[in-house]
Amino acid sequence: MTTLPKAAGQKADKQWETEKRERIVKRIARELRDGYYVNLGIGMPTMIASHVPPGMEVVLQSENGMLGVGPYPLEGEEDPDLINAGKETVSELAGTSFFSSADSFAMIRGGHINLSILGAMEVDEEGNLANWMIPGKMVKGMGGAMDLVASARRVIVAMEHTTREGQPKILKKCSLPITGLKVVDTIATEMAWIRVSPEGLVLEEIAPDVTVEEVQRATQAHLIVSGALTQMRS
Amino acid sequence: MNKLVATADEAVSDIPSGSTVMLGGFGLCGIPENLIDALVRRGIGGLHTISNNMGVDGFGMGRMLEAGMIASHIGSYVGENKLLEEKVIRGELNLTLVPQGTLAERIRAGGAGIPGFYSPAGVGTLVAEGKETHEFDGRLYLLERGLTADFALIKAWRGDTAGNLVYRKTARNFNPMMATAARVTIAEVEELVEPGVIDPDHVITPGIYVQRILQGARYEKRIERRMVRSA
Repeated sequence: MTTLPKAAGQKADKQWETEKRERIVKRIARELRDGYYVNLGIGMPTMIASHVPPGMEVVLQSENGMLGVGPYPLEGEEDPDLINAGKETVSELAGTSFFSSADSFAMIRGGHINLSILGAMEVDEEGNLANWMIPGKMVKGMGGAMDLVASARRVIVAMEHTTREGQPKILKKCSLPITGLKVVDTIATEMAWIRVSPEGLVLEEIAPDVTVEEVQRATQAHLIVSGALTQMRS
Repeated sequence: MNKLVATADEAVSDIPSGSTVMLGGFGLCGIPENLIDALVRRGIGGLHTISNNMGVDGFGMGRMLEAGMIASHIGSYVGENKLLEEKVIRGELNLTLVPQGTLAERIRAGGAGIPGFYSPAGVGTLVAEGKETHEFDGRLYLLERGLTADFALIKAWRGDTAGNLVYRKTARNFNPMMATAARVTIAEVEELVEPGVIDPDHVITPGIYVQRILQGARYEKRIERRMVRSA
């Protein structure tokens, strides 16, 4: 086995990190449909905004009170009164609207959001999701995540398949306090596209560079291999 | 009816220690900067605050936290504030985390005379502990209580001396509901106008909810995450 010089190794790691995210983001973008109202979580899900297929109109909702979230502003056009839920400066589009937080969550709770995409620390085979708290360590809060997962018509989790230490994040049962009970519809990782079904987790697509056995080894929960298993396309 | 007060210090001069105070804003967007600074200058303590966030270290409500003014807080996300996290882990501050939509609706309900309502957010989670549940059409919901406060400190873009308010872009957030839910609502605005200037069709918060209004002396309007794209 050859060892790369440390710097080169780090560079390769960084490149792989980017590639993993791109792969997940592009796969999820294929679920978008014309006319969808979509809420993107903070971090990796935000990247989906730049992968909306050409000719398709998708309206992005930001839970701090905005429909029709535009791209980051041009330098010099940043407006402190115009931010997304990640507190990043954004821009308006033709057709953008603003409303209060109560109105924003009325549209979420009322089931008007077609798709909610968010990150997770853990997901389990019942579709439970944990992403808001590590007892005794991290006190940040759930923000709008509990409301979104409880009421969006479809919830897709975008996350890396394992932790940085290589431990599974897709578990038989979440060990961290959960954000929502039986709320996840699909899990997208760099290794696989997994649907949550009443029978358990169904492996529907796998990435071109892994085998079913490798995916299962990186997953604590049992995976039911779909009869129609295909290669994950991004 | 003239609700104008001259300064932020005058506007908060009767807020006693131990009050329950709602503060508008999402992150640092749409926060009552001048009123927060006036409260810090007043040097009261034991406050029970209700606000989606807690500012950042050194700015906004972060200053109230650093001044040791806050005994308890209800909010949905406090991840930008290391000091708060430390205080909570040490048991020095009683923090109640509430799902953001539930928080918004609890404040709206409080202002609308609704003592409780059912929400699906948080069913089966820590948030559900100790709460009554009810099943409607095969689905479980949590009974959530309306929230009210002694004072609400809010920020609008434009307001008139009758207390009618207009907000700007995403700086609206929690401000309109908080205006309705406090015994005394104090609004600071960037632009104060005479009644009649604001088109009645454009009023978001009608003056009945606002007891005091002032023109903010200065606005930093700090940006938390400045992001730009290349042309």
